[in-house]
Amino acid sequence: MSSDQLQGYKKTLNSPYTGIKGWIDSRLPLIRMMEAEYLKFPVPKSLNYFWSFGGIAMFCLIGLILTGIFLGFHYKPSAEDAFDSVERIMRDVSFGWLIRYLHANLVSFFFIATFIHIFRALYFGSYKAPRELVYIFGLTMFMLMMATAFLGYTLPWGQMSYWGATVITNLFSAIPVVGDAILQLLLGDFTVGDSAVNRFYVLHWLLAFAIVGLVVFHVITLHMTGSNNPTGSEPQSWDETVSFHPYVTIKDLNAALFFFIIMAFILFYYPNILGHSDNYIKANPMITPAHIVPEWYFLPFYAILRAIPDKLGGVIAMFSSILALGLLPWLDTSKVRSCLFRPIWRYCVLLFAVNFLVLMYVGGKPAEDIYVLISRIGTAYWFLFIFVLAPLVGFLETPRQPLTITNYLQSKKA
Amino acid sequence: MSNSRKPRRDFIKLSAMTLGGVGAASLLIPFISSMNPGKDTLALASTEIDLSPLEEGQSLTVIWRGKPVFIKHRTKSEIDTAKNTSLDELPDAEEDSARVQKDNWLVVLGVCTHLGCVPLGQKASDTKGDYGGWFCPCHGSHYDTSGRIRKGPAPTNLPVPPYVFLTDNRIKIG
Repeated sequence: MSSDQLQGYKKTLNSPYTGIKGWIDSRLPLIRMMEAEYLKFPVPKSLNYFWSFGGIAMFCLIGLILTGIFLGFHYKPSAEDAFDSVERIMRDVSFGWLIRYLHANLVSFFFIATFIHIFRALYFGSYKAPRELVYIFGLTMFMLMMATAFLGYTLPWGQMSYWGATVITNLFSAIPVVGDAILQLLLGDFTVGDSAVNRFYVLHWLLAFAIVGLVVFHVITLHMTGSNNPTGSEPQSWDETVSFHPYVTIKDLNAALFFFIIMAFILFYYPNILGHSDNYIKANPMITPAHIVPEWYFLPFYAILRAIPDKLGGVIAMFSSILALGLLPWLDTSKVRSCLFRPIWRYCVLLFAVNFLVLMYVGGKPAEDIYVLISRIGTAYWFLFIFVLAPLVGFLETPRQPLTITNYLQSKKA
Repeated sequence: MSNSRKPRRDFIKLSAMTLGGVGAASLLIPFISSMNPGKDTLALASTEIDLSPLEEGQSLTVIWRGKPVFIKHRTKSEIDTAKNTSLDELPDAEEDSARVQKDNWLVVLGVCTHLGCVPLGQKASDTKGDYGGWFCPCHGSHYDTSGRIRKGPAPTNLPVPPYVFLTDNRIKIG
């Protein structure tokens, strides 16, 4: 049989490289792929620093996994031992305090980077066609991130861990008819206890690696379409692009440097400022702390939960607030991506960001009259933004003609 | 030939896939079931309590299935308030008589039906809420002297666990 007849039967073994590199690459084409996708990958040359936060988030994820592995060497997932093993890490394990504070503070900065990253996607229209799947994988990771962070927060087995876990798992009891059975199935017990902390620990790991898996999908889908940029216009020629390496790698490293300097300041001078002091009291199933507050990054969603006076309704509103964001690529009717050229939508998005911060503020306040009222207004705007403003503004506003990347860069220079 | 054979082939494929699918799905049952409370957990499901040290007006918190159970030796006035409350005032209407076996002993789960916090009101110094029973500090639910929800986000009354009086002064919960 001639080789012509078998064309396509085997992948080509020819590698662009020679020597050992070529030997490996012809059998495992990873080197070829990494070069094409990372070193020579073209990106629009108009990217600003908002585009660095995806990479920063990835650095956070890597840091969390590394510190998590080393914490795991000492942590004991049982109701009896968990709290004491964390205290042992803090007091007796060599550099244990550093590793744990890094893990705890990296989560917060992971969320900061992710919030900015999502804002970038909304403001510059990165969610719009053809990047819908990039965006949806991103939101899926965001939800997994919240689940992982919640599971991780229960592990130190302090009072906030315990009661946070109780309140959040009780959300499932809001499901009609089967709610309590599902809750028992999730906890493996009638309450949050030994069984729960054991499986939460396993799930904390599992979901962390699920996020890593989704990062791969996020990047594959991104590299099919290429990066969006501030203009929302696609590059018209090679002149409007730069190579990912060294241009973007250096820029992202620079941004990461500033970002992690801020993190280091918090880490070394105020390591507990983003946590809650009650979590240094061992879990007591008989006493509920007077004020249960979730971690700061959950507060906007907690505010939405509490804004609805009905238990099931509150739970539905909270979960659908994120799920609804996933519909944005189809609900936004405008043909223009970037808010730079959308006079009305731009303020809608900015207000959405401000509203997010307001919800974060009221979520940390007791559920009293004025705060409940504000959280209701905030919740209303959240859904109004997605379901009414996104389709409507697209029809009503007259966007400006988006600049090309070249013209945009020239106008910035001028 | 291929036309006449195709439906038969489809049928075999479909039934094989269905059978395989059902088999694979049923394999999930033991795994999901393993996540439920184990036999040792279920074995701890009953608790016996001696009520004799409890004076009228005092309360006791015991642990049953890892959850607090409130046992309240109710005073005459607390019983009367609970009995004389009109059902119209109750979000989750239930007669006091349906919630107690003996009027002076109220036994309820001490877990707020909203999101599972432990309400205050067991200690003499605790705030007991607007209705003289319990008050949940997490999201502000008020319960009355029969453990019924009166105000706040909790949807239902504090549940009454299954219990029996073994003697006049001894109960078994569970």
